[in-house]
Order: sequence, then structure tokens, then C-alpha cells
Amino acid sequence: MLIVILAGVLLAFLAPLLYRWLGRYVSIPMALYPLSAFVFLASYLPQVLSGETINVVYRWAPALNINLHFYIDGLSLFFALLVTGFGTLIMIYAGGYLKGDPLLGRFYLYLTLFMVAMAGVVLSGNIFCLFVFWELTSLSSYLLIGYKHNKQESRDAALQALMVTGAGGMALMAGLLLLGMAGETYTLSDLLHKRELVTSHDLYLPLLVLILIGAFTKSAQFPFHFWLPNAMAAPTPVSAYLHSATMVKAGIYLLARLTPVLGGTEVWHYSLMTAGGITTLLGALLAIQHTDLKAILAYTTISALGILVTMTGIGSAPALQAMLVFLLAHALYKGTLFLVAGNVDHATGTREIGQLQGLGKGMKTTAVAAMLAAMSMAGVLPFFGFIGKELLYEAALGATAFKAVLFAVSFFSGMVFAAVALVLGYQLFWRRKARPTPLRHSLSPALFWPPLILASTGLVFGLFPAPLVTPVLRRAAEAMLGVEQLFELALWHGFTLVLGLSLLTLLMGYVVYRYSKRLLSYSSRFNILYKLGPDRVYGLAIKGLLLGSTSLTRIIQNGYLRVYITVMIITLIGLLVLVKNQSQLELDLSQSTVTIMDVRLYEVVLFILILPALLFLIRVRSRLTSIAILGMIGYSGALYFVLFGAPDVAATQLLIETMTVVVFVLVLHKLPQFRFVGSRFQRIRYMIVSVLFGAMMTYVTLLVKQYPLVSGLKTFYGENSYLLGHGRNIVNVILVDFRALDTLGETTVLGVAAIGIYAMLKLRMDKDH
Amino acid sequence: MDILLPVLVGFLFAAGLYLILHRHFFKLIIGMMLFGLATNMFLFVIGRLTRGNTAIIAGTDQVASEPFADPVPQALLLTAIVIGFGVQAFAIVLIKRVYQVFGTNDLDDLDKTDRIHEKYPDKASE
Repeated sequence: MLIVILAGVLLAFLAPLLYRWLGRYVSIPMALYPLSAFVFLASYLPQVLSGETINVVYRWAPALNINLHFYIDGLSLFFALLVTGFGTLIMIYAGGYLKGDPLLGRFYLYLTLFMVAMAGVVLSGNIFCLFVFWELTSLSSYLLIGYKHNKQESRDAALQALMVTGAGGMALMAGLLLLGMAGETYTLSDLLHKRELVTSHDLYLPLLVLILIGAFTKSAQFPFHFWLPNAMAAPTPVSAYLHSATMVKAGIYLLARLTPVLGGTEVWHYSLMTAGGITTLLGALLAIQHTDLKAILAYTTISALGILVTMTGIGSAPALQAMLVFLLAHALYKGTLFLVAGNVDHATGTREIGQLQGLGKGMKTTAVAAMLAAMSMAGVLPFFGFIGKELLYEAALGATAFKAVLFAVSFFSGMVFAAVALVLGYQLFWRRKARPTPLRHSLSPALFWPPLILASTGLVFGLFPAPLVTPVLRRAAEAMLGVEQLFELALWHGFTLVLGLSLLTLLMGYVVYRYSKRLLSYSSRFNILYKLGPDRVYGLAIKGLLLGSTSLTRIIQNGYLRVYITVMIITLIGLLVLVKNQSQLELDLSQSTVTIMDVRLYEVVLFILILPALLFLIRVRSRLTSIAILGMIGYSGALYFVLFGAPDVAATQLLIETMTVVVFVLVLHKLPQFRFVGSRFQRIRYMIVSVLFGAMMTYVTLLVKQYPLVSGLKTFYGENSYLLGHGRNIVNVILVDFRALDTLGETTVLGVAAIGIYAMLKLRMDKDH
Repeated sequence: MDILLPVLVGFLFAAGLYLILHRHFFKLIIGMMLFGLATNMFLFVIGRLTRGNTAIIAGTDQVASEPFADPVPQALLLTAIVIGFGVQAFAIVLIKRVYQVFGTNDLDDLDKTDRIHEKYPDKASE
């Protein structure tokens, strides 16, 4: 299992190289990978169908409960087969769609990476593993949407998708962690049996909300739906694969996966049904107001995702079965229709439905595929979509609460789907053959075979549901419901109420289709609503973020050294005051007053010498005098070192002080004249800060001295510097023996400084540089 | 002595900081040096003072006998002083070059590169 994932990642990064070697034949190895993954996964089918679940665990960081854990049951296998099977067709299609594109190798890289990530999401059995793959799908989706990177529109859409799904990912991460805490395990298969524990936990509500945000952003549920239509800026294979068939269903998968743990509560039912219901209606409403093929498909996808969430929310056995069937049906027909839209775009150069007519003659195979998919979408007998629609209606009518509302929502979306299906399957290709839209070129087989295969799959599944799909779906439903499911899918149920409703849907769909032009003219009245919509809110938020960060930078990063330093010093003083207040550190001066008389005369003399020198240094204007005074202060400091038993330090200080004065004098004539800049008010302010700081340092010094210094180092060096280091001067032995490496570092610093100085002195800059 | 040197350290820090806060390059460098000296003295003082005793093993002894000065802060100080010198020398030359190239002795004239919103007004307003 790990090899399959790793091979995918490896192949992804090899894709650009393969493209260079193989040219347009690169699509062969790229399509072979998902095909072999599909076959590999299908080899698990017998086991899964017999009711087993398979765990493959690679220990990664077991102490942190992070394991590469793959969990295969009916649900994950169903999704994984969908991802890899669909992936195979998309890989072939992409080779034809982007033929000759110099960046095709890179495209394959992103696409394969996405596929691996998506397979990882559905196969993960560990929370962390799931999250990593989940984020990887967001990232690869970002790269794919922004594939046409020279277009502002693509880049914005990519960023928007990343922001929305990325923010959702954050929420999901928090939610999953809380779930792990509540369930006391981070393994999904264990969590599935912890329903009582989790739903009665105090953290249930927050973790549910966070996980739902994650799932809703990914699956484009209201109010996070706005990124999906914008993501249509991606090349069409991406729209078909990521933004219709697989990635947007990751949220649905997550909800389905967690149904046994989180589901069944009122919060779960109502939040899913509300969000799903609104999304369904909104998607359907917006779909009929657009004229761009991909936009229409995007909004109907949103609507379909809404239905899936609603069904998951109902949570009853028929609803979850309907969800699975509809999910499969939708992936098949919507994927096909996206590919058809891609073909139309490719051949004619436009996606506006108003400009497209009579295409059936020029692109027969595509037209057939479109027709088959459209019939499945509309829910016509004997397509798989028909079974899906029947089950949806049954589930809605069988719900325990809000029966009528749920049915109305399903019916409305079904009506719109039928109307859209008429547009895509009939209007584009067969209406008004007289003046067909001219084709720029004919389509290659790589472009028309994948949609045809997908569409025929929808037909075959519809004709023979029992042997082909029922077994897998039963096990998938079992994974959600916990008990073995024995439902049968059948095309013909007899003349039931649901059949009548299906026919009514088609009829109403035709009515909507006939009056779609008129409906379109009303749509301008809704424009005011869009201005207040979430897309707009997102735009404002991004703008606000940029403005906010700019002004924050302007305040924090203002470019004035003195302000930075003042802030640091004041913070330091504040912290000290805080620490002092909290820890009862009291300065006890009684000891010091006793020893205050214990001073030697020359120590006082030095002290008296330095103080006026400092005052003078602050006031003086001459540069030479400043240097001289500085030297004097330095020498006085050195004398203190001598007095308190540090002759080496004193020697160094004397030497360095001399060197500094020399360097200073050498470049003095190149340095600017001194003058006072800054106002008097500023100087007073600095003075206050400086005096405060000086007082603080005195205070700290006294405070530190009050406590005994406990250090074994002094004794260690005292005992060992002669015996081990063979030197009597302990300080020297430390520097060149015990801590010789540090001294080497010090020498290096000096060397680097010397090189820097040399470079600066030799550097000749142009005047205008 | 327990109070004299801490007070001196305080004065050195105050004077150093005051000079650093000035906009003029020259004062800045002087301030930096003073600040460095203050830091060294600070380390020295909190490392405990022993009057007159050095950290040297006397005569024929094999090990140092009390009282002797703590060698650890001294070793630290030595390193600090030398590195401080490297920094100072670099700063002096840097400022000389800055003065030559930009012709200014005012720190405030050097902050233009920090202000993104003035240098790239388009980016900030986007």
C-alpha cells in the first residue's frame, strides 16, 4: 500500500522529466499509474465484499500517535476506486487537452500529486495521516487552479480556493484533535466504536462545529460555496476531476466516514440538513442564471454537493444509500459533462451557450457522450442517474422531519438539473442545425473517448446495477450505518408515486428549459444580492487584511532605530517590574550599607573620575575630545579589572581600548562633523528612558549580588587547570584549552569582521548606485 | 564597594543608552562602545568581586587554593571584549562608508528602505 502511494509521489515528480523524454506520449505512463493503482485496489474487493476490513499500519511516530495507517473498508474502497478509475481517464484526457503545452509535465506533476493525496485522504485510518493528505489536496488544487499562472484571474481564484479550503483545513485540524481527545484515540477504526463517549463529551459541540467547517469549505457548502465557481479558471480536466468528481467530495467522504461517531444527534441532523438544503437551492438558482458552460456546471455541482450533505444529514439507511448512489451517478455524468464542455471549448474557442449551436455534426462522439450523460443527469430511464433520483425522492419522503421541505428542495434541484441537461445534451448539439458554430479543429481520440467511456459507464451501471455496483455500495453503506445492508438497486420499481414524481420533474425541467431565456432576464434583479454575498465578504476581508498588515507594519517597522530601542528598553523595564511584583524579590540594602565603608581610596578616585567624564562625553561637540574621553573611561574600567583580580581582562581591555582609539583617529577625518539633531523635547524623553534604564541595571546588579553564587565551575577549573591543562593562569587555560573551541569561534568572528572591513574599504560604489 | 560599582554600572548604561538614542552616527558609535563597556562591567560585578586575588595557581601548588578569583566570568569577559572590538571596528568603518556613499550623518535619512508603503505605494494599496 505504501509502495503505491510512494510510487505515485515519485512518478509525480518525474513527470516533467518524462515529458521532456517522451514528448506527447507522456500521458501513457501517467495514465498507467492510476490504472495499476485501480487494479491494485480492486484486488482488495473480494476481501472487502466478504465483509472484512483491512488495516495496513506503518509506524511513523507512534509516541505521538502519528502513524501511516491505511484502512480499507467498503466506504474507503468505493471512494478510492472512484478516484483512481476516474483518474485514469482524466490523465488520458489531459494529454489530449493540453497537447503541445510546454508546461504539460508540470501539470501532470500537480495532477498526479493530487490523485495520490486524494487516495490518501480516503484510505487514511489515522487522524493525522488523514489531515496531511487533506491539506495536500488543498495545495495541489491551488497549483492546478493557478496553472494558467500568467492570468490574474487564475491566480486570484487559486489563492481564494487555497484561503477558503486552507482555513477550513485549520478548523478541521483543531476539530480532529478535539475528536481524538474526546474519543481517546487517534485511530479512525477505533473511533468508529466510540460514539457514546464522543457524543456525550463536553467537547462534542466545538469539535463538531470545527469538523463541519472543514468539510463544508472543502465541499463548497453555503456560505463557503463561492470559491468553487471561481476555481473554474483551472483547465477543464482539473474542473472535471477535482472540482466535480473527487476533491469536493472529500468533505462528503469525511462526513460519511464520521457518521458512525458524530452522527445521530440533533445538532448533526439539523446543521447538515440546513447547510445542505440552502446550498442545493442556491446552486440550482444560480445555475440557471449563468450562460458560461463551466459556470453552469459548477453551480449544479454545488447543488449536487448540497443534496449529498442533506442526505448525510438525514442519516437514515435509505438516505445514506441514496447519497452513495447519487454520488456515483453524479461523478459519472458531471465528469462527462465537464469533459464535454472542455471539448466544446477546445473546438470552438467559446463556452457561452448563446454562441453555441448545431455542434452535433462536427463532433458526433462528444455529442453522444453529452447526450448519455445529460440523460443520466436528468434522471431518465434507464440511466444510473434515474436510480439515484428515485432513491433521493424516496429518502426525502421517508425522512422523519421536514419531509415536505426536503422533498421540495430535491425536486427543485432535480428540475433544474433536467433543464440544464436539456441545454447540454440537446441544445448545444442538435438544435438549429442550419448555422452551426464553426469548429476550429477536429478532436483527437484522447479527447472524446474518456467522456464517452464515462457516459457509457453511467448507462451500464443503470442497466445492470445489481451485479456491478450493489455489492460495493452495500459495504460502503455498512461502514456508515454499522450494520450489514442488504438493499438491492433496481431500475424498475413499478408504477409508484416516486416514478410519477420523476416524470413530473422531467416535465417541469422542460418548462424551465423553454423559459430559461426569460428567467435569465430576471436574474439581473438579483445582482444586488451578489454584492452582499460571501464572495464580496471574502474580497473585503482580503483587502482589510492587506490594509491592516500594511498599517501594522508602518507602526511596528517604522524605520527609526531609536524607537525600536526605546520600545525594547521600556518592555524590559516593564517585565522587570512585573517579575518583581510577582516574586517578592526584595532588595535588602542593610548588608550593603555595612560594607559601604569597606572601600579603598583609589576605587573612589576612579569612580569620581568616570562620572564627570560621562557627563562631559554627553555634552561635548568635538569628535576628537569624545574619543579621548572614551579612551579615558575605558582605561579606568581596565584599572577596576586590575584591582579586582583580573589582570588578563585588564590587559585585554587596555589593548583593545588603544586599538579602538587608533582606528577611530585613522578614519576620523572621513567621519561627519558633529551637530545636534533632534529636538530638545526628544532629548528630554531619551534622558528619562536612559536614567530609568541605568537605575534598573543598578537595581538588577544589587539584587543579583544579594544571592550567593553557586558554581562548581570555579572549583573545577581551580583544581584541574594545572593538572589537566598544565597552566597556572586559570583564565588562560580555560580560553586555550578547556574552551578552546569557543576561542576558535571568537577568532573566526574577528576574521569575518576583518574581511568585512576590508571589503567595505575597498568597495567602490558608483555615485548613482 | 558592594554599592559603588553597581552604581557605576548604572551610570555607564544610562550614558551609553542616551548616546545610542541620538540620531547622529558619531554619537551612536560612542554610545555603542560605552554600552559594551557597561555590559562587561556588569558581567564582572555580578560574577563576584574578590579584591586583590587573581585566578592564578601560585608557586609550586598543583591546585588553586582559596581565596582566588572566579576565572569563569573573566574568561567570558575576555571573549566579550575582543568580539566587542570586532563589532566596533566594523561599525566605525561601516558608518564611514555610509557617510561617504549617502552623504548623510543622520540615521533618519537611512530608513527609506524600511518603509514599504512609501517605496512601493502600489503594493501597499492593492
